[in-house]
Amino acid sequence: MTGLSVVDLHAAHGRSPVLHGIDLAVPDGALACVLGPSGCGKSTLLRVLAGFHPAAAGQVVLHGRMLDDGRSQLAAERRGVGLVPQDGALFPHLSVAANIGFGLPRSQRRARVGELLDLVGLPGLGERRPHQLSGGQQQRVALARALAPRPRLLLLDEPFAALDATLRAELRREVAATLRQSGTTAVLVTHDQDEALSFADTVAVLRDGRIAQSGSPDELYHRPADAAVARVLGEANLISAEITAAEARTPLGTLPLAGPAPTVRSGLALLRPGRLRLTAQPVAGSVPAKVLGSDFRGHDHRVELRPGVAGLPDVLIATSDRSWPPGSETYVSAIGPAHVLPEPAAGGDRP
Amino acid sequence: MTFPLRPEGPPPLRRWRATGLLAPAAVAVVALVASPLGFVVAQAAQAGWDQTRRLLGRPLIATLLGHTLGLTAAVTLATAVLGFGAAYLVERTALPGRRAWTVALALPLAVPEFVRGYSWVSLFRSVHGYWGAVLVMTCSLYPLVFLPVAAALRHGDAAAEEVSRSLGRGRLATLWRVTLPLTRPALAGGVLLVSLYLLGEYGAFAMLRYTTFATAVFTQYKLGFDAASASLLTLVLVALALLLVGLEAWAGRRARVTRHGALARTAPPVRLGGWTAPALVALAALVGVSLGVPLYALGYWLLKGSSTTLPSASVLGATAATLGYALGAAVVATAAAVPVALYGWRRGTRPARAVERVAYLTRALPGIAVALSVVYFAVHWAQPLYQQPPMLVAGYVVLFFPLALTAVRAALAQVPPGVEEAARSLGTRPLAVLGRVTLPLVLPGLGAAVAMVGLTASTELTATLLLRPTGTQTLATQFWVYTSGLAYGAAAPYAALMVALSVPSVLLLTHRTLRSGS
Repeated sequence: MTGLSVVDLHAAHGRSPVLHGIDLAVPDGALACVLGPSGCGKSTLLRVLAGFHPAAAGQVVLHGRMLDDGRSQLAAERRGVGLVPQDGALFPHLSVAANIGFGLPRSQRRARVGELLDLVGLPGLGERRPHQLSGGQQQRVALARALAPRPRLLLLDEPFAALDATLRAELRREVAATLRQSGTTAVLVTHDQDEALSFADTVAVLRDGRIAQSGSPDELYHRPADAAVARVLGEANLISAEITAAEARTPLGTLPLAGPAPTVRSGLALLRPGRLRLTAQPVAGSVPAKVLGSDFRGHDHRVELRPGVAGLPDVLIATSDRSWPPGSETYVSAIGPAHVLPEPAAGGDRP
Repeated sequence: MTFPLRPEGPPPLRRWRATGLLAPAAVAVVALVASPLGFVVAQAAQAGWDQTRRLLGRPLIATLLGHTLGLTAAVTLATAVLGFGAAYLVERTALPGRRAWTVALALPLAVPEFVRGYSWVSLFRSVHGYWGAVLVMTCSLYPLVFLPVAAALRHGDAAAEEVSRSLGRGRLATLWRVTLPLTRPALAGGVLLVSLYLLGEYGAFAMLRYTTFATAVFTQYKLGFDAASASLLTLVLVALALLLVGLEAWAGRRARVTRHGALARTAPPVRLGGWTAPALVALAALVGVSLGVPLYALGYWLLKGSSTTLPSASVLGATAATLGYALGAAVVATAAAVPVALYGWRRGTRPARAVERVAYLTRALPGIAVALSVVYFAVHWAQPLYQQPPMLVAGYVVLFFPLALTAVRAALAQVPPGVEEAARSLGTRPLAVLGRVTLPLVLPGLGAAVAMVGLTASTELTATLLLRPTGTQTLATQFWVYTSGLAYGAAAPYAALMVALSVPSVLLLTHRTLRSGS
């Protein structure tokens, strides 16, 4: 059974439309992520789900209950939809325990608050005040507070954005584990593709108020529907290709197709940076290239290249486990199957 | 590349001395401003232990205490409810004409309390005593709660309220359990101001025939010339005021609100639906009673009075005297506030904060206490100044120093942090930094501070009655002379002028409070 189902949802700020027909289905107990740049409408979508912004048209249904049908809205406090805002928004005048117990009936508070403090890994901190906690602890308390009344749906609004990089990754894993453990259906909105890919079971890419594509993180990363989605999920080399029955012919050689052959005759082959290999000597199918720059990232080097043959993008991006001094000559070749995207229309998003 | 060992610029010793001057200047100013506290104690100490016990043991003290506390309780409660309710309607709901309502709701501050007392007493004979005082003072003082709470609601983050709703708490429960606690510091600050005004007010209570500590002190001093008794009563009054300041600091600390993350998002306004009409009626009633009645009374008496008396010459003289004293005091108070504000702004150290806190403490001093201590000082140590113009200016400066300090701090808050250090690092000496960078940046703010203090001082009555040079009449004292003789028509032009003079400072205060969010 579908936990959350959003059908043809429209919403506007005043007279300017923000969401133009969103369709989204989140199965019970799944973690979904809405990914998009700022201004794409993802916060508005979240606020419609939470009940703080009315839908102009469409339906929002949670566990068979209509939350919003474009005409009437169920009040936010009667939805059973929890919310974890970006900076936690803990009640500064209440202790940690009182924050967590805020949405609970008095009789359940004592037992449930202790349980939740354990769940988020903060046992014994119930008497602290919000300002005595670190940023990561505050977010954990905000999560515990939202989970306390056992919401049917939990909404997370870029909850890790204010944290530093290490803590962000750690807390992300922890929160995902906590949510899976408690079986909560959750929707996370973010502009950070790493967050989306590592956190969610389902990712929906939101662009200009529409869902551009949704699917599993793996599907979106390796088989995006178009060039823009490919770029939103990470760096991409898009190389024009001629399509035959089972192959894509590119200037980097002929590559097997990753999926069923598309109907088009020509398109763009998607090669993520990890699919390009750099060698000092020419190998079969390789083309010469000049190194423009190289960033050491610890686990690998990110290398920007200018290919020496026509028909390729001006700049290619590859990863390599050795450093390449800028200006040096190298040979680049492609590995493995390629996913093929339709060629964007003229005047559209050129690779 | 080589790094010079020391950058070009003033040698360290001079640097130290120039910034070092600021602290003594700030401390000296604050000591002067806070000295009335000492004088009150010194004067009361002359009474001796037995006399003190006898004077404080009188039933009069219990009566006055009952009057003062009873009034304070009722008025602070009423102003808190009205101020919070009006602020919530104006800032958080989709009420039509919210900006216009904000100004209309703040404007009653432009009617001095004794003018408001006059407008009610002159129109309705039945308004007097306890309930009259509650009515008049509530109408006068609720904007002192309304403005800071409106600012807090405007600048507060809506996320906490939304979380509360998502946790199943309805609108009313959220208002009570989240919004109200989050505005508590603003509410406490406003209520403190209200109660301090109540403790210090003389004119309105005299007109309404309601005795409090302030009116009793005034009567004892003016009529009986019983200095010891008056100063003991003053001491009780000051103790009450300090107690209130302490309570507010305690309430403020308990409600300390820290906000991390710079993203404060304003809430979408609540749609009132069927409640729109009742809300509009309630606000209209509040504005009508607190602004309409005084304006009607003034218009009525101006028309009626112009047929009997023509006091145009004395109006001009009184206006000139009022503005002269008020502006003189405003310039001195603002100039004195600059070092104190700079000291606190530049260094958030413990001594700097302590100096500022003592300066703000003096706002607990009622006008009558300041006036009596200035008189005491003049009689004992500066006899030639007694009943001379500097006495009145000094009284105003002490009385309105906290106001000037607030205004100068508000101006300094507009200076981007780090510009002084940037100028210093370019090789400019501290005094030149002050002249070339800091002061030009705060000059408009200083102008606003002078205007604010000057306009507020121009409607001061209590201290003016005690400190004015012999033969000088300000608008307030001339008004007082006429109303004491029940010449309501003759008093009207003076009252109207005082209200007109107050309007700009109220607008300034409204703008500043709502913009700054503190």
